Amino acid sequence: MRNFTVRQIIPAAVVLALLIIFPLLVHQSFAVHVMILVFMFGMLGVAWNIMGGYAGMFSFGQAAFFGIGAYTSSYLSIAYGINPWIGLIAGGCIAALVAAAIGYPCSNLRGHYFAIASIAFAEIVRIVFNNWQLVGAAEGLSLPIKNESFANFLFNSSKLPYYYIMLAFLLISLVVCYLVATSKMGYYFRAIKESHKIAEVLGVNVVLFRLFAIMISAFLSAVVGTFYAQYILYIDPGSVMLLAISIQIVLISMLGGAGSIMGPVIGAAILIPASEYTRVALGTRGTGVDMLIYGFLITLISMYYPEGMWRLFSRLGKKST
Amino acid sequence: MPDQLIQQLMDGLLIGLMYSLIAIGLTLIWGVMNIVNFAHGEFLMLGMFTSFWLFTLYGIDPVFSIPICFFCMFLFGALIYRFIVSKVMKGPMLAQLVVTFGLSIFISNLAVYFWTPDFRLLPATMLQGTLHVGGIDLGIPKVAASIGSIIASGCMFLFLKRTKTGKAILATEMDREAALLMGINTERINSLSFGIGAALVGVAGAFLSIFYYVYPQVGGLFGTIAFCVVALGGFGSIEGAFIAGILVGLAQTLGGFFFDPAYKYAIVFMIYLITIWIRPQGLLGW
Repeated sequence: MRNFTVRQIIPAAVVLALLIIFPLLVHQSFAVHVMILVFMFGMLGVAWNIMGGYAGMFSFGQAAFFGIGAYTSSYLSIAYGINPWIGLIAGGCIAALVAAAIGYPCSNLRGHYFAIASIAFAEIVRIVFNNWQLVGAAEGLSLPIKNESFANFLFNSSKLPYYYIMLAFLLISLVVCYLVATSKMGYYFRAIKESHKIAEVLGVNVVLFRLFAIMISAFLSAVVGTFYAQYILYIDPGSVMLLAISIQIVLISMLGGAGSIMGPVIGAAILIPASEYTRVALGTRGTGVDMLIYGFLITLISMYYPEGMWRLFSRLGKKST
Repeated sequence: MPDQLIQQLMDGLLIGLMYSLIAIGLTLIWGVMNIVNFAHGEFLMLGMFTSFWLFTLYGIDPVFSIPICFFCMFLFGALIYRFIVSKVMKGPMLAQLVVTFGLSIFISNLAVYFWTPDFRLLPATMLQGTLHVGGIDLGIPKVAASIGSIIASGCMFLFLKRTKTGKAILATEMDREAALLMGINTERINSLSFGIGAALVGVAGAFLSIFYYVYPQVGGLFGTIAFCVVALGGFGSIEGAFIAGILVGLAQTLGGFFFDPAYKYAIVFMIYLITIWIRPQGLLGW
């Protein structure tokens, strides 16, 4: 494991300190909400990055894992009164199992074929939940209001606890990503990304390590799903399993820079506030202007900054030193 | 019961032929440039709106607006390639995947902005009524659209196999560098293929507008199905896309018939995943 230099630690510590005091200084509820979304999508991006950025499997179906996480904890809580923290782990494990079940048959697929298979998979999951009476079908699930406490993962009076919990989740996911990227597994992932055949010749069990990447990614995405359910207290297939969410996750990772640890977080920090504030400023429902700008930006970014902002930042950093 | 089954089979065949025509345009672009055009469904939507407005504003029947749709969408596709897609051809693969996603969001919301998200249906056109054959009913618009789809696919096939330009496209699809060495201007072939792919889906849009709702988000569903059709048929294979389109149409109606109509698209995607598991290169891919 490589050591961090002072030049890397100081900016990270400053940013973290600013994030911790941010909601204490800014009392606007909407700004805190946007920051929570940034952390959520940042973590979803980190999860995508483990399988997409490192192992080269471009998934356009992450919303399925996100949704499975949200549904598992919510259903367990409504039907059996199981604590959402346990539901969080259960959701992650179920998502990882589903990921393994779908990832195994897809282990030969590469590039475009994998991308389209992931869309097909996520659509199947969405259609099934949309018709599954047990989990409320298209009407979705509403979580019961309980006493607010950390143990119940429920807070009515303030967004602050949600803010800090999600920030902590994001940090944990970054640590996981760092550990994966710097371990032997991370090197195997990158070898697989370059070429299946070469990786196999070098003795890497391609099928197994691809499965590891998908399962870690699914687990982390499902954890965010549970958080979303506890935060919004209402889920339905139309809000947690949309293709649009999957696409947004890919865009965030690409914008920030796929294959770098901080990339997706930077992507989320740019894209989420930009889209939320344009939506508020222009998005009188139904005119589509906010989405128009969003689509235009995506096209421009992939034309002119296909490597992501992370590359831009690190290049600037090198020039200044 | 047998009548109902035959009815479902025919319905599946008719909608499947529409999928075929939509997918042929997509597979051509995919095969030649190795780019997935996620804006393909939005191209279809533009074709449908072109046909819709030509009828509503100028009274031109969709049957006659087909050539107009073809040329408008050809030009549109070629321009999109020239000014946007060609810029990412040498970039990382992720950018290639994402650039057309951006385009699709942009185009569909442009349509929402100008034409509102309302559902529209063309009023009485030339093609009207129902055919009664035996115990089954076939809508004339659907039958006409399917015949049109067969003709358009056939023309495309002949164009690729018989003309010099068509052969140049196929050569580029097989081996870009070899084609370049043979004196084929592959950059020109790229914009030509993108234009033809868009033109074909524009024609499909004109046919579809006779019997289907016209609205800005219509491309989403058809686009997703078209990807499955293309990948099922095999990357870049015109014949594969044609056959896979019919298979998907049949799977959709029969799946809805034997199980539950709510799951018909899930069944299509399931069949796609199973096929891709057994044959990752698709039915007729190499």
